[in-house]
Amino acid sequence: MQLNERREHTKRYVLEASSEADTVEFADALAALAVPGTVLAVDGDLGAGKTRFAQALAAALGVPGIVNSPTFTIIKEYEGDKLPLYHMDVYRLSLAEADELGLDEYFHGRGVSLVEWASIIEPILPEERLHIELRSTGPTSRTIRCTPIGERYEKWCEAIALLKAEEEQAND
Amino acid sequence: MSLNDYYILAIETSCDETSVAVVRNGREVLSNVVSSQIDTHRQFGGVVPEIASRKHVESMTIIIEEAISVAGIGLSDIDTVAVTQGPGLVGALLVGVVAGKSLAMALDVPLIGTHHIAGHIYANHLVGDIVYPSLALVVSGGHTEIVLLESEGKFRILGRTRDDAVGEAYDKVARALQFPYPGGPYVDKLAQSASEEIVLPRSWLEPDSYDFSFSGLKSAVLAEINRSRMKGESPDFSALARGFQQSVIDVVTTKAMKAASAYGAQQVLLCGGVAANRGLRERLAGLCAEAGLPLLIPPHSLCTDNAAMIAAAADLKWRRGEFSTLDLKAEPVFSLEEWSVKD
Repeated sequence: MQLNERREHTKRYVLEASSEADTVEFADALAALAVPGTVLAVDGDLGAGKTRFAQALAAALGVPGIVNSPTFTIIKEYEGDKLPLYHMDVYRLSLAEADELGLDEYFHGRGVSLVEWASIIEPILPEERLHIELRSTGPTSRTIRCTPIGERYEKWCEAIALLKAEEEQAND
Repeated sequence: MSLNDYYILAIETSCDETSVAVVRNGREVLSNVVSSQIDTHRQFGGVVPEIASRKHVESMTIIIEEAISVAGIGLSDIDTVAVTQGPGLVGALLVGVVAGKSLAMALDVPLIGTHHIAGHIYANHLVGDIVYPSLALVVSGGHTEIVLLESEGKFRILGRTRDDAVGEAYDKVARALQFPYPGGPYVDKLAQSASEEIVLPRSWLEPDSYDFSFSGLKSAVLAEINRSRMKGESPDFSALARGFQQSVIDVVTTKAMKAASAYGAQQVLLCGGVAANRGLRERLAGLCAEAGLPLLIPPHSLCTDNAAMIAAAADLKWRRGEFSTLDLKAEPVFSLEEWSVKD
């Protein structure tokens, strides 16, 4: 298993989403930038809105029909007008199991990989990726914190007007 | 062994389980071997097969041999090989598909690519007669669907979940109630034993919709836990479990019965792993009795993922001579309606 290293100092960007509309707008902005091989590593507690965010991203990628939870099936694949979406939930996997699943084929595939509970498999995520942490601050308000790893994702975070850069700090 | 008997060997590997079954004449289960149920200590040195494809590969030949041996037939008696083609996890499906193709080729018998949900529904055919039109309520870990069977082998999806499947909702609420994964059965038990109920909202969606949504209910459970904690109280988990279960059962059974009535169903079929849920079985049985509709529910061993149900669905195609070619591919996303039998 090839493990990537967690970088010590990374810039973080934050969006205080006051309503679901803000979350949808953020998903739209990401979808507009997405290219084949995009990896979005999403974390957040139960009920933080990970699947809701995935649905918004799917809609923005032009995925028709219902996008529902992949918790049980682990991966659901969708064809979008713009790009395919690989929607994953690795909650019930161990790192070793995830490694054996051959997720790399998705990460380096034709579409966008959105991984829920991504921190569980952080060591086997691609070297370049965008971490998105969702935190519930009210019934429909969320704090969305992005940590870009790699130049491409840093540029995206700079380009998305909704995101505000946070003071540079070490990851704890 | 009568001259007219035929034997279907079926393989199921869509998710966690590796399973192989031998079914006679489409309805008589001679063997139904499921990886998690066999003596894993003997076969696998104590390792229960898990989700990874490698585990399916390791157990596949052992389970095929076991299924043949328990059935008391020889490989040469097999008339057709059925395999789950989808939906499911691609790596897991591939193992079954490759094994199925190889076996069909080696035995020189037809191959039948089969739909996993058609399997769950036709598990009912292993325990009773299906009367058409029939209304199937599929509730499992990964699926929650209301399916109309207008005639034999013709599937029409009337409703499905827009977020969590019932099984997922149970497991997530179980997590919130601090049970280990998968905690669905604990929630069922806790709800059954509860003396109080915290009433939680019902998600009916649009008035004419047969779709489901359980994420709001999950949030309601979390909000209730937070509210108690903020007040410095410990949340009443059993009353919450009861409230959650009542909400799920109310919505699921009401929508199923409404669909049954709207489409003139002659019968209701309950299937999928969550069919084991006691609260759900009892409520649906009550409503069906009131409506004068017969209800079929397979035993637990045929509700959770197993290969006998795949044979039962493949039988639809066997009797019609609808076979797959050897270039059949695993389909992680696979339409049930398109899998329907031809006219």
